[in-house]
Amino acid sequence: MRIKAHPILSFEAQKAVPFTYDGQTLYGLKGDTIASALHANGIKKLSESIHRKRPRGFYCAIGNCASCNMVVDGQPNVRTCITPLKEHMDIRSQQGKGQVK
Amino acid sequence: MKQCESIIIGGGPAGLRAAKALLESGARVCLIDRNASMGGQLIKQTHMFFGSEKQHASTRGISIQHKLLSDVMRYGSRIEILSETHVVGVYQDKVIACMKDDRFFKMRGEAIIIATGASEKHLPFENNDLPGVYAAGAVQTLMNEYGIKPGHKVLMVGSGNIGLIVSYQLMQAGVEVVALAEAASQISGYHVHASKIKRHGVDILTNTSIKRALGETEVTGAELWKLDESWQGIEGSEWTIDLDTICISVGLAPLSELFQQVGANVEYVRELGGNVPVIDNTYQTTIDGVYACGDAIGIEEASSAMVEGEMTGIYAAHAMAKAHPNESTRLKALEEELAFLRSGPHAEKIRVGYKKRGEVS
Amino acid sequence: MIEKDGVAPLEMVAKEFPSDPDILYKPKAIIECYKEIPCNPCETSCPFDAITIGEDINKRPHIDFDKCTGCAVCVYNCPGLAITVRQINDEGALLKIPYEFLPLPQKGDSVNVINREGRVIGQGVVKRVQNTMRQDHTPLIHVETRKEHIMDAMTIEVIA
Ligand SMILES: Cc1cc2nc3c(=O)[nH]c(=O)nc-3n(C[C@H](O)[C@H](O)[C@H](O)COP(=O)(O)OP(=O)(O)OC[C@H]3O[C@@H](n4cnc5c(N)ncnc54)[C@H](O)[C@@H]3O)c2cc1C
Ligand code: SF4
Ligand code: SF4
Repeated sequence: MRIKAHPILSFEAQKAVPFTYDGQTLYGLKGDTIASALHANGIKKLSESIHRKRPRGFYCAIGNCASCNMVVDGQPNVRTCITPLKEHMDIRSQQGKGQVK
Repeated sequence: MKQCESIIIGGGPAGLRAAKALLESGARVCLIDRNASMGGQLIKQTHMFFGSEKQHASTRGISIQHKLLSDVMRYGSRIEILSETHVVGVYQDKVIACMKDDRFFKMRGEAIIIATGASEKHLPFENNDLPGVYAAGAVQTLMNEYGIKPGHKVLMVGSGNIGLIVSYQLMQAGVEVVALAEAASQISGYHVHASKIKRHGVDILTNTSIKRALGETEVTGAELWKLDESWQGIEGSEWTIDLDTICISVGLAPLSELFQQVGANVEYVRELGGNVPVIDNTYQTTIDGVYACGDAIGIEEASSAMVEGEMTGIYAAHAMAKAHPNESTRLKALEEELAFLRSGPHAEKIRVGYKKRGEVS
Repeated sequence: MIEKDGVAPLEMVAKEFPSDPDILYKPKAIIECYKEIPCNPCETSCPFDAITIGEDINKRPHIDFDKCTGCAVCVYNCPGLAITVRQINDEGALLKIPYEFLPLPQKGDSVNVINREGRVIGQGVVKRVQNTMRQDHTPLIHVETRKEHIMDAMTIEVIA
């Protein structure tokens, strides 16, 4: 899903950043947010709605709508569309409101 | 608690130009944005802007961003930039609460300028919460900031300038735009933008809307239908298209949370996009020392956001007894520029909005 | 209808062409900016002052074909990509088209010629791909096609 060539923009080669998604190892790129890295790996479903358990992805991508909340390194309700991806992050899809430990 | 003469929340075109005016007036500025880079919406605008030379016409939004940023960076230590910092609260004693990397801290300023821009509206239809239904600006962020395609086949809903421009940018990223649906009987954005995508094969369908998104865990298609003149769906006119992304571009609403939270008076003006703060003629809200400008006070354009930003900066500096070197001539010129920007047939809605605002406030 | 599908009908397009067809034996800018929008880079970028909009930038551009040299500076400065340069000669029609997509065609390539509705109307040959720094990522494709397409040709499509 990465754009390889673009008529206006140039995307410089970036270092690969390993992370885990529901236990599975995936790679994003330096500069990615969590949501963009997942999307680049074809993962659009990020969480489930609180009551009806409907699948949710991001909507606004700029931190307004909270539809992209996930559990990151054990912490729930992280807005993944504006949170930079870091090496070895443990990212999990969130069910319901999430539990604060 | 950290102190700063002036605090600007939001580093878009409005915030950046407000910063420049304050810096020119000799003030210190702390510019805060929750994003990693400053520039607001400009960061993802790869297209050339309209307007005249004063508004950087014919320059791509991304280049305007670079210019505005270097204009303020020249002031060295008088400007402090806090990126990836989310402002979560503004209080009447001009204290703000911020979050950065899970860390919570407060700051106090003599003047606070809220230039937080807007959020994208959504549209009610069945399954509109499925992953793969995205706001047009979100798709633009994904493509132009992160270099990632939202999908392979996209339906765009809404024919305003944003819908038309993002459709074009999708095509530039190598994504197929299968159709653009518009509920009204006419295209609402500039026709030059519409012609640009039409000649590259996008079907523009007026009197048409999305009835529902198809798919179990993510979007696999869309059901469209024709609308009658009163925007009601016509039973039996439905058809489906296979696709993996639905992009919604049905307008923006000013981000008004911080105004409501600080207790500033807010009024609803439909033409300006929703709830907007009441401001006086120095862009001050009903809270002393708290100012507002840009899309946050009414959905317009980057061009007007820049003019409003500069004026707000000048007024805020004045209130802190730091006069801008060319205060009166600059204000007069900016006032004229704004009137000029709001003069054409496409600005009719804005004029109605500002007239209404004048009457309510 | 342009209000409904973004397609300017040929009668409307014809009004933007010189009334004397012989004028097109020299290259001329054809401006297809049919509605009043707040914009004037075509006017300010033209090195020969051939385009006039005036004080009120909402007005539509007006071109003076006597002054226009067909240099195409306005073509890559127009944010609406609404301008093309067109010329006829004894062999065919020569167009300079703004084209902001990848892959770019190469000189000598055969390309599809596309009309305002997005349909293939014929073939053309790329004579030059002009892509200087000044153009800031709006390349111009110089394409030669058949004379009868002088009016309905609007863009090109690279043949895979
Ligand atoms: C697709 C598209 C095309 C456009 N094309 C044009 C065009 O051709 N010409 C034109 O003039 N205009 C155009 N615009 C409009 C223009 O981009 C906006 O009007 C303009 O960016 C508004 O500027 P602003 O500074 O008010 O807000 P924004 O640019 O939205 O900036 C607001 C900033 O505030 C930050 N922020 C918000 N809340 C917080 C918070 N709580 N804490 C910290 N930071 C926060 C945001 O991250 C953002 O960076 C276009 C818009 C879009 C979406
Ligand atoms: S082609 Fe050149 S001379 Fe003619 S209008 Fe455009 S810029 Fe001016
Ligand atoms: S620059 Fe292009 S879009 Fe702007 S007024 Fe001129 S022809 Fe129209």
